[in-house]
Amino acid sequence: MPDTTTTVPAPAAPDFANWSCPLPLRDHPRVVMGHGGGGAMSAELVEHVFAPAFGGPLLASLGDSAALTLGGARLAFSTDSFVVRPLFFPGGSIGDLAVNGTVNDLAMSGARPAYLSCAFILEEGVEMSLVARVAQALGEAARRAGVEVVTGDTKVVEAGHGDGIYLNTAGIGLIPAGVDIRAQRAAPGDVVIVSGDIGVHGVAVMSVREGLEFGVRIESDCAALGGLVEAMLAVTPDLHVLRDPTRGGLGAALNEIAVAAGVGVLVQERAVPVPDEVANACAVLGLDPMYVANEGKLVAFVPREHAEAVLAAMRAHPLGARAAVIGECVADHPGMVVARTGLGGTRVVDLPIGEQLPRIC
Amino acid sequence: MKYLEEFRDPELARRLLDDIRATVTRPWALMEVCGGQTHTIIRHGIDQLLPEGVELIHGPGCPVCVTPLEVIDKALEIASRPGVIFCSFGDMLRVPGTDRDLFRVRGEGGDVRVVYSPLDALRIAQQNPDREVVFFGIGFETTAPPNAMTVYQARKLGIRNFSLLVSHVRVPPAIEAIMTSPDCRVQGFLAAGHVCSVMGVDEYPELAERHRVPIVVTGFEPLDILEGIRRTVRQLERGEHTVENAYQRAVRPEGNPAAKAMLADVFEVTDRAWRGIGVIPQSGWRLSPRYRDQDAEHRFQVSGITTVEPAECRSGEVLQGLLKPNQCEAFGTTCTPRNPLGATMVSSEGACAAYYLYRRLGLPAAPPPARSLPVVPLEASPVA
Repeated sequence: MPDTTTTVPAPAAPDFANWSCPLPLRDHPRVVMGHGGGGAMSAELVEHVFAPAFGGPLLASLGDSAALTLGGARLAFSTDSFVVRPLFFPGGSIGDLAVNGTVNDLAMSGARPAYLSCAFILEEGVEMSLVARVAQALGEAARRAGVEVVTGDTKVVEAGHGDGIYLNTAGIGLIPAGVDIRAQRAAPGDVVIVSGDIGVHGVAVMSVREGLEFGVRIESDCAALGGLVEAMLAVTPDLHVLRDPTRGGLGAALNEIAVAAGVGVLVQERAVPVPDEVANACAVLGLDPMYVANEGKLVAFVPREHAEAVLAAMRAHPLGARAAVIGECVADHPGMVVARTGLGGTRVVDLPIGEQLPRIC
Repeated sequence: MKYLEEFRDPELARRLLDDIRATVTRPWALMEVCGGQTHTIIRHGIDQLLPEGVELIHGPGCPVCVTPLEVIDKALEIASRPGVIFCSFGDMLRVPGTDRDLFRVRGEGGDVRVVYSPLDALRIAQQNPDREVVFFGIGFETTAPPNAMTVYQARKLGIRNFSLLVSHVRVPPAIEAIMTSPDCRVQGFLAAGHVCSVMGVDEYPELAERHRVPIVVTGFEPLDILEGIRRTVRQLERGEHTVENAYQRAVRPEGNPAAKAMLADVFEVTDRAWRGIGVIPQSGWRLSPRYRDQDAEHRFQVSGITTVEPAECRSGEVLQGLLKPNQCEAFGTTCTPRNPLGATMVSSEGACAAYYLYRRLGLPAAPPPARSLPVVPLEASPVA
């Protein structure tokens, strides 16, 4: 594990004038929504603009959090920003997301989340009571997750230059000895497990944001996953990969892991737990549940010999009660995720390009 | 609610496949008209499970794919104007015009909004009386009635800052054009269930009779598709060519009379250009003279549009069922969802997108078929 006190060589600046195919950013002289969608466009922005500009060996793994060694301690460090609309939705709020999002990024490296920072970017004119409600929700979520908010910042932007309230959180946590969880460790033979129903959070937010009603109330599953990860680590410290499939959904998370580790992933489509309400809402909108955002779920790559015990431990935890084996890691088709369809055919599960778009009919 | 699951049941699918296998004695080529059906077929691997002799040819029924480049360029031009709020369904935003798409217009400062219902666009017009709100009205008989409704409502509510950019198309003339094309190989049709839920089935018996081709109205779930194939193959084997409704849970023979009445009030039938195919007579709708002042083309006087289609894009042949997406040399190389040459690679219902998204595994770009496949000049087709 490299030490952060090492002098980092100055990175090579990106050569904007000579970008050539296949650098697709050249096709987008301005930012579009897809650059924040968690799919291929987001990855390209990071790869071609941010990573070359920042350099640094610790950034290279591009995980949800960075694993650092500082004064002998192994720390996970992560940050995330939250621009969700509406600020309150069935089952949660932007405050819950701001805590759980960062806590989960830390937990996905096996760390025990400990401390958070929180920055509010407020739009001039927003009601103070709304700010207070969001702050209250954030505080409660932090207490539930067992983390403490220890520092913060407030900025106000002019009316019309924001969307009410934006939040940023950063967090640190301790990585226990013997734990090394990262996408690059996925290996053929690993069993792929998800901790429960997918697509719930994304559909819950869509149902209120777009004024869509699906006949059934869908509540976000937004939750902090530190406790679930601890329960899994109690079975074995040798978990290979953990990832919370947020933006871009399960499909994007599996693709990122397949690419990072140079392995194939084979998913049994019928084994993926998708609640009927989510499946129906997605059918109406023309969306694929595989790409819908989650906020209280994780996907794990577990060595086959530990899979059964880890699955049992997950199912014994309230946040993993509906955990299911959805597939395996394979040596075939490296870098690619393939699904065996319910009818017996196969299909590629691709990395989404940008945001999923509701279809015309 | 187990509604969807019932139409994806593997055991029922196996039984239907067994039945199809037992029925087929020689090769048949069927066309699924609708892009939604194409995606179900490819996403669930139905084409991989059919007996070898049954070939599915992908039809022109992707509303986004067939919207002419000229109309998309007009949309981009209107959406770029100050004071305009341009509303569209989501999947039009990534479709390439001559030199950009609606996402890029938005990135450049245009007010382009994704709506889930055309009536949302009308609400935006009510909330922004000092802005011009334009809704991009594209699609088949499925989306035309609600879009017509917005114009009707705007008139009724006295909303003057709302207009529709119209490029609606109709399925029966497209079937006619496909059947009269000299290279046509289609022997049976899976008609688009959503379209028939609006229009009913009255338009099809004459087509089936004239071209001696079975037409089975088919839904969009895997078992719907398999049942449609089963019924079409059964007719072909028996030498029959009738119209069957295999989607009775959604389609009544008379369709939806209220929706048809709305169409008749607001629109009139017109010749329409289909992207990659050409003009098909009587294949589209435009606003009737009574509503002409709510026609965005009329209101914004968009002119001077010069369109340039990428020469290497063969989506027109794909849309006519003359070419499989992976038989195009550009497929997956110079043409990807990331950098699409044509709308078929970017639309959520496009055949090229379906192949790229779901069927890249073990599907290298095949060489083009030996026979020449020129784009059929459909303008010259003897369309009734």
